[in-house]
Amino acid sequence: MIGSFFRVAWYVMRKDLTVEVRSKEVLLTTLFFAVSVVLVFSFAIVREGRAPDDVAAGILWVAVSFAGTLAMGRTFERERYNDTLRALLLAPSDRPAIYVGKLLGLLALLALVEIVLVPLIGLLFNAPILAFPGRLAALLALGTLGFAAVGTLFAAMLVRVRSRDTLLPVLLYPITIPVMIAGVRGTAALFQDTPDLPMAQFWIGLLIVWDVIFITLALWTFEPVMTE
Amino acid sequence: MSSEFQRLTVIDLARHYGRRKALSQVNFSCDAGEIIGLLGPNGAGKSTLLNILATLLSPSRGRVEYGERTASEGGAEIRGRIGMLGHDLFLYPELTARENLVFFAQLYGLPDARMAAGAALTRAGLADRGDDLVSGFSRGMRQRVALERALLHEPRLVLLDEPFTGLDQASTAALVARLRERQAAGCLLVIATHDLEVADGLLSRAIYLKNGRIVGTDSDSRGLSERYRLAIQ
Repeated sequence: MIGSFFRVAWYVMRKDLTVEVRSKEVLLTTLFFAVSVVLVFSFAIVREGRAPDDVAAGILWVAVSFAGTLAMGRTFERERYNDTLRALLLAPSDRPAIYVGKLLGLLALLALVEIVLVPLIGLLFNAPILAFPGRLAALLALGTLGFAAVGTLFAAMLVRVRSRDTLLPVLLYPITIPVMIAGVRGTAALFQDTPDLPMAQFWIGLLIVWDVIFITLALWTFEPVMTE
Repeated sequence: MSSEFQRLTVIDLARHYGRRKALSQVNFSCDAGEIIGLLGPNGAGKSTLLNILATLLSPSRGRVEYGERTASEGGAEIRGRIGMLGHDLFLYPELTARENLVFFAQLYGLPDARMAAGAALTRAGLADRGDDLVSGFSRGMRQRVALERALLHEPRLVLLDEPFTGLDQASTAALVARLRERQAAGCLLVIATHDLEVADGLLSRAIYLKNGRIVGTDSDSRGLSERYRLAIQ
């Protein structure tokens, strides 16, 4: 049963990535947008090679959340074009497995975006990205997971709504504020002149709690939300 | 309990969107080997009814029984016995025909997905175009792939939403032949269509829908256009 669940999630993720490799539509637009955000902030804020304290962490998470919102909308838009979402929901698998597959596909795309974003932030804002790479990776991975977990559910819910592009950020940002705060504060604790590791660890712990709550709620509500 | 149900029963079905009634007091049944036609103007509730039969939408009132069980009792097992061809074909244009079929065969847990996809391509008459992207196919070719996608797992209940739209005469004849073959195999088929000319003689029974209600049923599908006019007006 569990094997079948993860097998279906794997098939859905692999299909999404195959489609993305062919079109490169979501990756390129998301990447371009995220890099643009970071560049604009760096032109506005960085003076004589120095940025104000804690700014780098905030800009990193702004870029991740904006890029993530863009990617979420687009990946579900594809399922709308030929109504393939209905075909996925008709399959005799656990419907939450489809949610997990879509979430994993989105996370893979956002991981690629972050691989470009983090060095760029380090370069433009003089942020010590290599000082604690494990903790930084954990913050990014957990924060992105929490944000994408809620976003994937909302994007699926709104796929047939005409004003979905407006509604997605309106619904998503208020609910994911705890994840964003934890991500920004945890990353800022690592980037400051005297890194505060216990504080970073605290925010990592909080992110784990939020992720568990968000993923549990999303798995629980996905099927009723998609069939009501 | 076997999932090979012999009868589909729709009992006092209603679906409301807010105050708008998309379906009201819909009752009918379909037995193995029957082709039921859902006929009616746009907005009559045909697609809503198909979506409820496919378990993609919950009714506001009433129930659908697949043999002895409802969708909530049968869950994934019931879904595994339903095949649906939607108006939008349910195919990924960025994937090849074979990749589409393999993907859905895997979702349905077929033991050898590649072999099932190959056999489906042969039945669709597209064995030599299997590795071409679906985006390069004509409407008729896509429709053939989509039909085989819907029938990959040999479903018991086949639901088709406007399956004849955009097809030329040869493709329509091939589709009709395939549907008759599934009928002979004992499947239950429900077709929502506007194409009365093709449906004429194909249907075992016609159900006329208007404003979400059944306004007539007809077990003689010949001369359908005239009786459709009488029932709907």
